[in-house]
Amino acid sequence: MSTSVKLSRRNFVIGGSAAGLALGFPLPFTARSAHASPGFPDEINAWVVVQPDEQVIIRIARSEMGQGTLTGLAQMVAEELECDWDNVTTEYPSPTENLERGRVWQSFATGGSRGIRESHDYVRQGGAAAREMLIAAAAADWSVAPGECTVSKGVITHGPTGRTTSYGKVASAAAKMEVPTDVKLKDPKNWTLIGKPVKRLDTDDKVTGKQIYASDLILPGMLNAAIRQSPVFGGTVASFDAAKVEDMPGVRKVLQVEDSAVAVVAERWWQAKTALDALPITWNEGEHAGSSSEATAKFIAAGLAADEAFEGNRRGDVGGAMSAAAKTVTADYAYPHQNHATMEPMNATALYTEDRCEVWCPTQNGEGALAATAEASGLPPTQCEVHKQLLGGGFGRRGANDYVRQAVLIAMAMPGTPIKLLWTREEDMTHGLYHPVTQARLSAGLDESGNVNAFRVRISGQSILAGLMPERLGGGADPVVFQCYAPDGDHAFAYDFANLLVDHAMRNPPVTPGFWRGVNANQNTLYTECFIDEVAEAAGRDPLEFRLAHMTNYPKNQAVLKAVAERAGWGKPAAAGVYRGLAQCTAFGSHIAACAEVSVSDGKLKIHRIVAATDCGYAVNPQQIEAQVEGSFVYGLSAMLLGECTVENGRIVQTNFHNYPVMLIRDMPEVETIVMPSGGFWGGVGEPTIAVAAPAVLNALYAATGKRIRSFPLRHHDLTSA
Amino acid sequence: MAKLNVNGRVMEVDADGSTPLLWVLRENLELTGTKYGCGIAQCGACTVHINGAPVRTCVRPLASVSETDKIVTIEGLSSDASHPLQQAWRELDVPQCGYCQTGMIMAAAALLAKNAAPTDADIDRDMTNICRCGTYRRVRAGIHRAAEIGGTKA
Repeated sequence: MSTSVKLSRRNFVIGGSAAGLALGFPLPFTARSAHASPGFPDEINAWVVVQPDEQVIIRIARSEMGQGTLTGLAQMVAEELECDWDNVTTEYPSPTENLERGRVWQSFATGGSRGIRESHDYVRQGGAAAREMLIAAAAADWSVAPGECTVSKGVITHGPTGRTTSYGKVASAAAKMEVPTDVKLKDPKNWTLIGKPVKRLDTDDKVTGKQIYASDLILPGMLNAAIRQSPVFGGTVASFDAAKVEDMPGVRKVLQVEDSAVAVVAERWWQAKTALDALPITWNEGEHAGSSSEATAKFIAAGLAADEAFEGNRRGDVGGAMSAAAKTVTADYAYPHQNHATMEPMNATALYTEDRCEVWCPTQNGEGALAATAEASGLPPTQCEVHKQLLGGGFGRRGANDYVRQAVLIAMAMPGTPIKLLWTREEDMTHGLYHPVTQARLSAGLDESGNVNAFRVRISGQSILAGLMPERLGGGADPVVFQCYAPDGDHAFAYDFANLLVDHAMRNPPVTPGFWRGVNANQNTLYTECFIDEVAEAAGRDPLEFRLAHMTNYPKNQAVLKAVAERAGWGKPAAAGVYRGLAQCTAFGSHIAACAEVSVSDGKLKIHRIVAATDCGYAVNPQQIEAQVEGSFVYGLSAMLLGECTVENGRIVQTNFHNYPVMLIRDMPEVETIVMPSGGFWGGVGEPTIAVAAPAVLNALYAATGKRIRSFPLRHHDLTSA
Repeated sequence: MAKLNVNGRVMEVDADGSTPLLWVLRENLELTGTKYGCGIAQCGACTVHINGAPVRTCVRPLASVSETDKIVTIEGLSSDASHPLQQAWRELDVPQCGYCQTGMIMAAAALLAKNAAPTDADIDRDMTNICRCGTYRRVRAGIHRAAEIGGTKA
């Protein structure tokens, strides 16, 4: 029953028979297989299916993880399609089909707040092309010129004769039309759906329990797996005594998964988990067994003054200007590891037979999951299928597909049987892809009139790319480290300083890093915006006036900053005991600012209100932007106030929400979101505002207490008055 | 065989008495609206009602529940998704990823059942479920809105 052979696609011998397992048994959660689409008669084009009953199915390649992308992207397609929004539903196309159809849906990757800002063009074109085809089909039927026809809410009208027909009636004919390649998109001023705060399309089942997440899947004959990975980074399995648990209730198999994990497969997950808890496992802890957060902090601190560093942004002569300064200010900041802690722990379900492998998983990257499935199973991607499920949170963690690989490897040990692998919260907490740990030394030189003439930032610490995708390093440097310090672009440093140097001394601890919602914008903006307040104080100037005076090249940033200041009443007295703080940045292509109001009593911080402003260029769904801003603040403030993952003896110490606390409803401030799209560009929404929450609160905290907090989480600091 | 009264029906389940009720609901009864989030009663994703009280089922052994205990899960909160909280949740677009929301709604339903018009302070005290998407502001608004809907109905 048990096996301790190391599984890999090279040495695993397939046993058993796949007989009886037809491909494509009925699935409870899809109306129809996405694979039907190439020949599906009513597919107008890759993006749009119109059914005879007028239902419009819009295909969404990006993953829905709460950020509202299903709804936002559907609005974009429907805007050009001119269908009736009330008839719209969505579906995920299959990654395999994307491959087979020449990547007709382009990227499935869902991260970096890119869903809308990188696909706005081609999804709208998909909608517009479908509209042209539907009109052309009606015109052909009537033997009139398509130009004489108009459409509104899926009803096509021939102007000269007043005849009408509907999308559903002409869909089959439209599907046979040539897909136009050159379609004109609407002028934004004519948009009727983009910019409207329509309701999300995916709410109904989420309030009744009917929504099936990947971890809820129940497939016929399915078994359940629990897994334990080496507690130490880089450690491996030394031995385990399968005989001790093989006879426990429900247990079907005990197996090693690659070098570093052991899994138990049982009839029910609770049985698998119970047996795994009882399974004696010894580990080769490896070279990182002695690593600790203290040692890492020292290692990184040494980088603050190291000679060698990668330059991210240089203007003028910062050294010369600094030595000529009338006054200098310097401060060191540090930011800890964080876990994504998605509410739904990592999981995937896999079904392997000798010529096919199917996976059901919550992934932020369907194509990545497909690649992981193919790689793990040794089958070509065309013989693999990934059924994307809605995610119970993503935040960047599910861009990686480590859990998919594991599920496939386990399923390969039991061909023909679907296996659902579900991590415990403890596995999830201790085997994450952690927000990188960095420190920063910031220095500013002020001239006689209190203006900044030199600004210097040395970042020391971890590179996400070095840990996750070293092939994307450029000459050893990680450009992502410089988010919000870049010379220009989506993460431009939004200050004028004539003499500027930002560089990075890379110091990578053994903890695996990952993209964590907001990524490096989070701590970089915290560093900058808290330090700017320090410099403003040294200059004896008001934090708002001081910022604006140094942002003349960044009018959009000035506009959002002024907006929050005005709404919050900056410069006017706050309520007794309430203090304000500001922050601003450019992140993920959007311009963001926040003004926080806090009070401190008996050493306890209360965040009363945060006013946020975002200029994301075009605002597709303002009420969902508000939801993202509010959610961003919870995510960013949970990290700053409460969150840290520390390492002792090579292990992550925090194992669950009791020692990795997060904000609750009682901690939630009032949030006022000013959505102020200035047009002409597409900025991100899901992540940018995280970056301004923490520094705005910290600057308000300083105003309230006179305490500068430069290491985190805040809960380690005594806020009582001296 | 243990017997459980779930959503008004008595059902037999074949599970060890030490099995948390959460896993009996999810695996034996296939009521997957009740979610696993932490396993240590920290997050509330597994909240159901037992005799009207909110219970975090991830730490509640099967053996501690008897046939006379009335269990209500999200699937049994209303027959047609018409509970005031469900109406309010749709009206205000409360869920983001939605994973925690069934537990959130069950906790809120227990609060409303004992307190038809909870104050913000009542909500702060009783609503300790974790949401990582950060829907808290709309959850609060949703509870107040549900109280209004419920009040109108009565």
